[in-house]
Amino acid sequence: MKDEIKGPPRWMDRIIEFYCRKDLLEDLQGDLHEYYFRNLERSRGKANLIFFLDVLKFCRLYTIRKPKILGQMTFFNLLGNYFKTSVRSIARNKLFSSINIVGLAISMSVGLLMITYIGETLTFDEFHEKKDRIYRVTSTYSSITGDDPFDLASTSVFIGEKLRNEYSGFEKVLIMRRNFNADISKGENIINVRGHYSSPEFFDVFSFDLKSGDPKTALVEPYSIILTEKAATKLFKDEDPVGQLVTSGEDTYTVTGLMAEVPHNSHMQFEALASMSTLENKYRNDENSTFFTWRSIWMNYVYVLLEEGSTPDQINNYLTEIAVEENAKTDRYTITHEVENLSEIAPGRDLSNQIGPSITWESIYQLLGLTLIVILSACFNYTNLSIARALRRAKEVGIRKVVGASQSQVLTQFVFEAILIAVLSLVIAGGLYLLIKPEFVTSVVDEENVMMEFRWINLVYFIVFAISIGFISGILPSLVLSKLKAISILQDASKLRLFKGVSLRRMLIVFQFAISMALIIGATITYRQYNFSINYDLGFTSENILNLELMGNDSQKLMTELKKLPEVMDVSRSGMIPSTGEIWGDELKYNDPMDSVSFYFNPVDKNYPLIHEMKFLAGGTFPYNKKEEEDPKFIIIDRSLSERFGFSAPGDALGEVLYLQRRIEDDIPLQVVGVIENYQYQNLSSDAEPTALIHGGEDDFQYINMVVSSTDIIGMMTKMEKIWTGIEKLHPFKAEFMNDQIQDSYAHYRVLFRIFTFLAILAIAISTMGLLGMAVFTTETRIKEVSIRKVLGASEKNLVMILSRSFMLMLFISAVIAIPFTYYLFAEHILSEFKKRIDIGPMELLPGVILIFLIGFLTISWQTVKAAKANPADMLRDE
Amino acid sequence: MKGTNLGEFEEIVLLTIASLMEEAYSVNIVDEIADVTGRKTKLGVVHAVLKRLEDKGLITSELGEPTKERGGRRKRFFTVSHAGKVALMKAKEQRDRLWGKIPELVFQGI
Repeated sequence: MKDEIKGPPRWMDRIIEFYCRKDLLEDLQGDLHEYYFRNLERSRGKANLIFFLDVLKFCRLYTIRKPKILGQMTFFNLLGNYFKTSVRSIARNKLFSSINIVGLAISMSVGLLMITYIGETLTFDEFHEKKDRIYRVTSTYSSITGDDPFDLASTSVFIGEKLRNEYSGFEKVLIMRRNFNADISKGENIINVRGHYSSPEFFDVFSFDLKSGDPKTALVEPYSIILTEKAATKLFKDEDPVGQLVTSGEDTYTVTGLMAEVPHNSHMQFEALASMSTLENKYRNDENSTFFTWRSIWMNYVYVLLEEGSTPDQINNYLTEIAVEENAKTDRYTITHEVENLSEIAPGRDLSNQIGPSITWESIYQLLGLTLIVILSACFNYTNLSIARALRRAKEVGIRKVVGASQSQVLTQFVFEAILIAVLSLVIAGGLYLLIKPEFVTSVVDEENVMMEFRWINLVYFIVFAISIGFISGILPSLVLSKLKAISILQDASKLRLFKGVSLRRMLIVFQFAISMALIIGATITYRQYNFSINYDLGFTSENILNLELMGNDSQKLMTELKKLPEVMDVSRSGMIPSTGEIWGDELKYNDPMDSVSFYFNPVDKNYPLIHEMKFLAGGTFPYNKKEEEDPKFIIIDRSLSERFGFSAPGDALGEVLYLQRRIEDDIPLQVVGVIENYQYQNLSSDAEPTALIHGGEDDFQYINMVVSSTDIIGMMTKMEKIWTGIEKLHPFKAEFMNDQIQDSYAHYRVLFRIFTFLAILAIAISTMGLLGMAVFTTETRIKEVSIRKVLGASEKNLVMILSRSFMLMLFISAVIAIPFTYYLFAEHILSEFKKRIDIGPMELLPGVILIFLIGFLTISWQTVKAAKANPADMLRDE
Repeated sequence: MKGTNLGEFEEIVLLTIASLMEEAYSVNIVDEIADVTGRKTKLGVVHAVLKRLEDKGLITSELGEPTKERGGRRKRFFTVSHAGKVALMKAKEQRDRLWGKIPELVFQGI
């Protein structure tokens, strides 16, 4: 009726409806309306105003609706009940609960590893008080040859001094140089210490703990050295080291400070710090030295401490300015610099020439990704089985709803149950975690200086982690269950259509198996690539060659001694070991002085090509062993180098003179005495570059290469060690078989293989358990159907087929997804860094998939055969 | 609750409810108080007192039938409960006793 007088504005009513308790609302609102109409006689505006004020005035303690706290209170009251029903349900379905708990526990133990690992990497360098203002200068080097530019953590002394002297905006500029390595002695005691050179600002910038000594002056004077406590105790026993003199070769250092041990979560590690001025004094007046040049960016580190209020952009501008000026002076390469904050160093970008252990975000993400996949897989098990079993819990939900439970309460209950299972799993996961942690530390994170130490905060993370896992895995089934209508459950539970989730469940299973297959294929491929790498034909023999590291000892003397051993057949000496990733590079010219060729070389003696059985295409090895103090005179080049210089036949190169390029002195002439077939100088991740063997002298040699033949390796090693200790007091005996050294250079792939295998086993275990659960469930629910079919004459084989068909189809779909995906991933990404690599074919892709099919098939048929064999009379008797 | 004694305004509200008999709902009560005592009271105050009296058990309430006025919202009608009646009687008795003690002399000349 339109002629009815209009009431107060709706929004005002809404206010009171919002806050007022239901039982008071109706008559209170009525009262206010009555007044409103009374006031209308005055004016609508006035009535509106009074009504509005009244609405506000009635917002009192006794009228406002009790907030949801009440609802939460019932949650706490019901908690005991939830707990009880959860425990009962866990206990009743032993098979399903153990599948869930074990699966979650396995995957969670990996999750715990990740939490500890990532938690610890994030503590790196956190102990420096001024960490927000400390920045490191990094470099990018690109040469004109168009190779990928190098990103380096190191930089030049030049840039440090330039910033320090000509620019402002920082409190301190710290210049460091790595590889301080000295055998220092005090009286009879002698120890080897490794560390860095540093300018005096070290303690202004960093917060390392200097126990005694003056932080301001300790690194000022040349030949000052700061020792850490461990090193100092070894050398001085109980004496106070500060102020003592120690000798290293011909140099004498003064100990000016004593430091606490460097925390392991620091991006730089050292036992000693020597003053940078030691080197500066040495090179300041040496015109030939590249120490202070712009391009000497390989060994030095520059850290700046910004003034409060300065920004890193400012410094980046300075650095660009300097780079533009300096790069203009040469066209052979460009170097650019930028700064990064201390917190971005570890974990940080993938930079070469790190001063200490390097942790990259890339590797963290990789590990994290793999872990998440396994965890998700276990969550899916829970989701799947719970949705499948939801029918069994439906009656409980019905009763609860009839008694007055709201949808959100039912939801809470099932999520709570999932969380309870996750927390139970956490306990088991904790045990597994302790079991696999040592292996993880030694094989995966060893080089990153991550100790995986226990920290209390981790417990909090673990619990939060368990709760979130419970939530993630429980939320879907809980939603399904809580949405059930009480009336439809209680009327006829058998008519319930719960199977809207069927396609979702199938998808989850397919996903799980696709993951398992991808992981197992990954493991196969890495294993094959690893095997391929270590068995690759290198172009020389590495069999039975034992390489002894000289560590600065007289090679002649050692060789004479070693040759006396009956096991040593032959000996040679070399500067480096090829095929292990180590490279020595230089530049070589022939007739054209403008045409220089980058090549890799190995300084060797005349025996070297012989004992390594290198294949000579022309000429032979060096005519004699080079004498000391003599420039190298001869060179043996490989086929690609000879082709590079335009010799049409290898023989043409013999007798020609090549020049080893020197910047300041005259180029060194080298006569070609032999040409060898190309061999694998670098490891397989790089394309072959031209290489050469250069006539090396005593100073160039780092290794003695021995051809040995012995059945008693240990006895032989002991004899060698005896000879070694007779000559060398300080350094330990270190000899390795060349084959092992080559294998070790592919250790990364061995680790990758182990990670893949481990995760593949976990994923397979988890998904198989899930499959088993689903198979049990399906056969249970279809047992009547199976019995009737059997009565009607279906054979056992038919029945097994019927029951297994959909599962096998799912496995098949998984394979269809997993195979191309993994193939693409490995062919295009993971193996792409190998220039020489296996072709991925059926032999790599299929075995894993077949294995999973087999496991899946056995799991399913275990259940289906049982169902098919059951006596239909037993099953149908109750009907 | 401070004993069973009624506050002054509580007593007035109670008496009004009693006098209004079947017609005692909040707006009516406010109007009646204004008519009889000349005191302009606010609905909010009366509402709070009604709530308090109900909590003390002195009055009971129930919702009436919906009517066309007030947008179809029902009124809440109040009746004095047995305890309410006892409290009123007690208050009256206390007063009467005090009145009885006052010599007539005191009020002479008013």
